Amino acid sequence: MGVVAIFVFSLLYLSPGDPAAIIAGDQATTEVVEQIRQQLGLNEPFLSQFGRWIWRILHGDLGYSIFANQPVSQMILQRVEPTVALAICSMLVSVLFAVPLGVVAAWKAGTWIDRAVMAFAVLGFSFPAFVIGYLLIFGLAMWANILPVQGYVSISKGVLAFLPNIVMPSLTLGIVLIALIARMTRASMLEVLSQDYIRTAQSKGLTNTKVLVGHALKNASVPIVTTIGLAFALLISGVVVTETVFAIPGIGRLTVDAILRRDYPVIQGLVLVFSASYVLINLLVDISYTFLDPRIRY
Amino acid sequence: MDRRTFLAGSAAAVALPAIARAQGSRTIKFVPDADVVVFDPVVSPSWQTRDHAYLVYDTLFGVDDNFQPHPQMVEGYVVENDGLLWKLTLREGLKFHDGERVLGRDAAASVRRWAARDAFGQALAAAANEIVATGDRTFEIRLKRPFPLVPDALGKPMASMCAIMPERIASSDPNRPITDPVGSGPYRYVASERVPGARIVYERFADYVPRKDGVLQYTSGPKIANLDRVEWSIIQDSATAAAALERGEIDWLQTPNTDLLPRLKTNKDLVIKTITPLGLIAYMRFNQLHPPFDNPGIRRAIIGSITQSDYMIALNGPDKSMWRDGVGYFAPGSPLASEAGMDKLTSKRDLAKVRKDLETAGYKGEKVVMMVAVDVPYLKIMGDVSADVFKKIGLNVDYQAVDWSTVSQRRAKMEPPEQGGWNVYAIYDNGSNQVNPASHTWLRGNGKAAGFGWPTSPKIEELRAAWFQAKNLDEQKKLAVAIQLQAFEDVPYIPLGQSIPFTGYRSNLTGVLNGQPVFWNIKRS
Repeated sequence: MGVVAIFVFSLLYLSPGDPAAIIAGDQATTEVVEQIRQQLGLNEPFLSQFGRWIWRILHGDLGYSIFANQPVSQMILQRVEPTVALAICSMLVSVLFAVPLGVVAAWKAGTWIDRAVMAFAVLGFSFPAFVIGYLLIFGLAMWANILPVQGYVSISKGVLAFLPNIVMPSLTLGIVLIALIARMTRASMLEVLSQDYIRTAQSKGLTNTKVLVGHALKNASVPIVTTIGLAFALLISGVVVTETVFAIPGIGRLTVDAILRRDYPVIQGLVLVFSASYVLINLLVDISYTFLDPRIRY
Repeated sequence: MDRRTFLAGSAAAVALPAIARAQGSRTIKFVPDADVVVFDPVVSPSWQTRDHAYLVYDTLFGVDDNFQPHPQMVEGYVVENDGLLWKLTLREGLKFHDGERVLGRDAAASVRRWAARDAFGQALAAAANEIVATGDRTFEIRLKRPFPLVPDALGKPMASMCAIMPERIASSDPNRPITDPVGSGPYRYVASERVPGARIVYERFADYVPRKDGVLQYTSGPKIANLDRVEWSIIQDSATAAAALERGEIDWLQTPNTDLLPRLKTNKDLVIKTITPLGLIAYMRFNQLHPPFDNPGIRRAIIGSITQSDYMIALNGPDKSMWRDGVGYFAPGSPLASEAGMDKLTSKRDLAKVRKDLETAGYKGEKVVMMVAVDVPYLKIMGDVSADVFKKIGLNVDYQAVDWSTVSQRRAKMEPPEQGGWNVYAIYDNGSNQVNPASHTWLRGNGKAAGFGWPTSPKIEELRAAWFQAKNLDEQKKLAVAIQLQAFEDVPYIPLGQSIPFTGYRSNLTGVLNGQPVFWNIKRS
């Protein structure tokens, strides 16, 4: 995370664009832009700005947004719930569909079922998220009139209020993830299903379900869990297109807005939070290996 | 859970948006073009800041649809000493959102802060000795020379209007955005519900005292807040926003995407119209500090190559209700707009002649650095059309595709293009900024003190100064004609046409006023 911090700060320092010019607006004179730049401390040398930033970070202070004039930590916290809710719902949708599809495709490898599942996976992966989003809006909101087009309602206002707004975004992301996880599940299951102990289990007279779920899937789950973990980390770090199409005030939109405005403290805070979430999720995935495969020890 | 409970729950979930709409009948849901970045109308001239400011702040004067000023917070005024002393009295009972009374010292401090930044305000400040409070409800503007346009200045309706705020806030640095939007307008800002980039909420200010008389137009007259809450939702995707409007999830979409207008116009539950007849004026701005555009002959020659309808069709499509060509240096539809010198833009285009004129003027093939913000669709369109024209007339164009943030930084650079500067870019200005020379930032000729591009034209400055002294509209019009003719000679910029944006709202809303989105007078039937 230290390396990430240095890298991000340097990159932002070197990139073109100027928050002072954006604050000053179209009608501002060069002098006014310069005054604002000085007030924001943007004219200070690199080391001075970097030193001040690191000192604040070490004291748990991510700083203030140049534009919103709010603490960066508060802005990120405001956006965490929609993003985490969307990530969890999308993962639920995708895991619930993808894992069984992948298992069935592997079990029926080479048949029309396998080909159909893989065709769906290729399609799901190839469709841009915004196209899926628009199709869902057209079908479920504009035509069937059963779900709202956009927005986010906090789960604190009740599950029934929360659900209608989260269904379409979760499906949009879920379809893409189903494709990814189903392919990974199939590949992993195919490898396991060719093992001797599977043949032994079958010859012992176990049902197909017991063989697939109890023996094969459990042993195939390490790469599947790794994929799910990576996908989850990706979702947490912001799904800009889906959040934009469904007007969900999540972290992805906050990131893009901050980049477009050159709101340096917000960008720096977000990148640190993203890197921390990647570290945490990878740690959880690594820990989960020990439960899924007793041979793995740290 | 049994089957009946499940079905009842599902039905409730599906019906929830409709239930929420019914409950929110005294709440209006509005989708602006973009989020408010800066909440200070003195610092930022953006549309969003302006629209926010008219909810939260009130102004001393307002204007009607013809831009004529009328007292707003001011009860009345007297002018003494041959126009050198303006005594203004505030209406009784005015309060700020923090519960404090609006006093003369608040008004004086607000005018001083605004006059430090706004072009019209700067002209007033230059003519004034002092602006001081003289009592709880009174303040004076003491002038060193007559300035007949005091009500026009204090009531200017467009961006950077003279918003009245408490003295404790108004005495802050005018170059540093305020962080505490406390005004005395009909709605108050609810900071606790703000989500940057997503949501802004305003509540009706119960202690607001509307005028009892006056012309209810634009920013003048009784500002009666009929709605309890105004919620702004930032929906960046234009198709989603239009779909939300059609379904009634939102009440008002500030600017629907042009491509979606035909569909929206067929929806009988929606009203699609323009409330901003002055629209947006596209213009090409030159950097006049460096070759080749430091040469007025070259700038004049380029006018001959500009076909405004090419720009307008590229930007808005062929539907002529959405744009206007034949646009000069004052917004068409405003009192000072005229046909003076317009043949330079409207006569038959002859690009071969322009090439010759450029040569005669002394163009030697110097590189022309054109900045184009390709991340903003309309700016890219203007850049593409301009680059095409420039190539056709033999200019050596260096089309530099950058993002808007880079343009906004780089255009402030006075250095030569090879040292990170620039030569030309095209952009929009609010039509309402171009109704008179006072607010028209780009129609200046004061060199390095002017806006980006830094044109020098002593004649335009002289005519502008004379305009401030004009005694009536006829005199103003004559001076505006002279300014326009001079502008065609000195070419501080080239007008590229006027886009007329449409707005869309649910047909159960009534009382939407012309000018810009304001939220007083609106009712839900």
